[in-house]
Amino acid sequence: MLQNLDRATTSDGEQVVRRKPLVRMQNVDKIYSNGTVALKNLNLDVYPQEFISLLGPSGCGKSTALRIFSGLGAYSGGSMDWPQSMYDVSGKPEREVGFVFQEATLMPWATVFDNVFLPLRLKDKSKAQMTERVNEALALVGLSGFAKAYPRELSGGMKMRVSIARALVTQPKLLLMDEPFAALDEITRTRLSNDVLDIWARAKCTVMFVTHSIFESVYLSQRIVVMAARPGRIIGELKIDAPYPRDKEFRLSSEYSAYCRAVSDMLDLAMRS
Amino acid sequence: MTMNPAVNSTMNSTLPEETAEATTGPALESSRWSLSQILDRSSPLIAGIIFLLAWEWLIKFYNVSKFVLPPPSLIISTLISERADLLTGLQYTAAVTISAFVAAVVSGIFFGVLLTQNRRIENTFWPYAVMMQVTPVVAIAPLVIIWVGLDRVWLAMLLLAWMVAFFPMLSNTAIGMKSADHGLRNVFELYGASRWKRFRYLQLPSALPFILAGARISSGLSVIGAVVAEFVAGSGGSRGLAFMIVESGTMLNIPRMFAALVMLSAFGLSIWYVTSAVQTLLLRRWHESELKQEN
Repeated sequence: MLQNLDRATTSDGEQVVRRKPLVRMQNVDKIYSNGTVALKNLNLDVYPQEFISLLGPSGCGKSTALRIFSGLGAYSGGSMDWPQSMYDVSGKPEREVGFVFQEATLMPWATVFDNVFLPLRLKDKSKAQMTERVNEALALVGLSGFAKAYPRELSGGMKMRVSIARALVTQPKLLLMDEPFAALDEITRTRLSNDVLDIWARAKCTVMFVTHSIFESVYLSQRIVVMAARPGRIIGELKIDAPYPRDKEFRLSSEYSAYCRAVSDMLDLAMRS
Repeated sequence: MTMNPAVNSTMNSTLPEETAEATTGPALESSRWSLSQILDRSSPLIAGIIFLLAWEWLIKFYNVSKFVLPPPSLIISTLISERADLLTGLQYTAAVTISAFVAAVVSGIFFGVLLTQNRRIENTFWPYAVMMQVTPVVAIAPLVIIWVGLDRVWLAMLLLAWMVAFFPMLSNTAIGMKSADHGLRNVFELYGASRWKRFRYLQLPSALPFILAGARISSGLSVIGAVVAEFVAGSGGSRGLAFMIVESGTMLNIPRMFAALVMLSAFGLSIWYVTSAVQTLLLRRWHESELKQEN
């Protein structure tokens, strides 16, 4: 924990402990080659072991922002800093990220084990040495018995679990999830939401979760970043102070509905302005 | 495959329903043979036997000359009496066909992969590949025979059969290489996959169903290519089945012509079945085309 802390001294000489962000986005813009402004002036600090949601209507650039965090997309202006990561000689940060896409995006020709092993294989790790690691990731998502199954033989929810295991197998500091449950039914989605919270607690990583569901974001996150479209921008932030573990009780509490109302009001405000 | 997960995580409560949801795929196929299954498998054979019996009977009934259309019984007896010649012919044609097919598969995959590595290479050479495809091989055959075939007939035939069989392999490989799922490409990019790894673990497996479909088309075409080549090469040294057909035709030995034709069809059919079996073997665990769906 200590390396995550940044000791600073305030003007009156008192030492305060401040957490150092995992990623810092400053004034980031993204303009596509056709001139569309996808993101405008994004400022966001992401802290270690945080659960943070990006919430907004479609077209608000939340997925674009997530891709920029992952390194899959480049930004057009502003700066991004990884204060806790190593940088290579060309000045690129060594991002330790995992990405869970909207679809499970598994290789249909490979077993569950090989699918989860893929990120390690691409990093030139040997299968023999990594077997335990892969099995751990599978156990983390509750799929221990399915290493030899093929994706076709699994249900939608189980495929998504494999996809999450694949993202976790490199033990990333930042797990990016791009509307991972959008294609699943309500019941499976609720179940997987609980599982994601559980995985987050055990994997001790930061989760950044993109969603357009107010209820999902309030249930899951410590912090909700609300975004609006045209141009994609952040219009506000909301802290959800309810303690973890959260369960059905929380879903039915008045506190929960109050939070949902607050987020909803924030979105309405953005739509009107 | 054990479908009984010994889950030791906290997700115990979540799994049983999902397990029930998951289909066990191939495990469901039992070895029990129902009547309808037996009928399914034997129906082509039954239809064939009825067809042959009708043929035999019609020829007797209308008293058709064997120089026009011989009855199946005569064709079968010719098959037996001429078996030495026919088998030599089959050997010759099969050698040309199989070599041409293997050459087409290897070169088709090689150039298909090469072509898709770079857009400029693709734009430059694609029209010529198409040109090769659309030019009828019969039209080029005499030229090829003159160039390489005067003292190496076998090579000329190989070349001609290859020219017919090559294109489906090329185009299918090229399409397959480009058909990799976009989401998976992102996954590979995210983990900084090298070009080789992207090829080996993403593009090649994605292309496999396309390549195998191409191989099935090519296998049939290489038989056609070999036959056309023998027709054109004529008596210049060919001893294959197709030449036997031409030869028997000129000698009005129609039963022998049919016997050679039967051999040729049987050979084509077996090549088709072999390629189909390879396809099933390679795709049965994961590809839609080989999976059975129970409703």
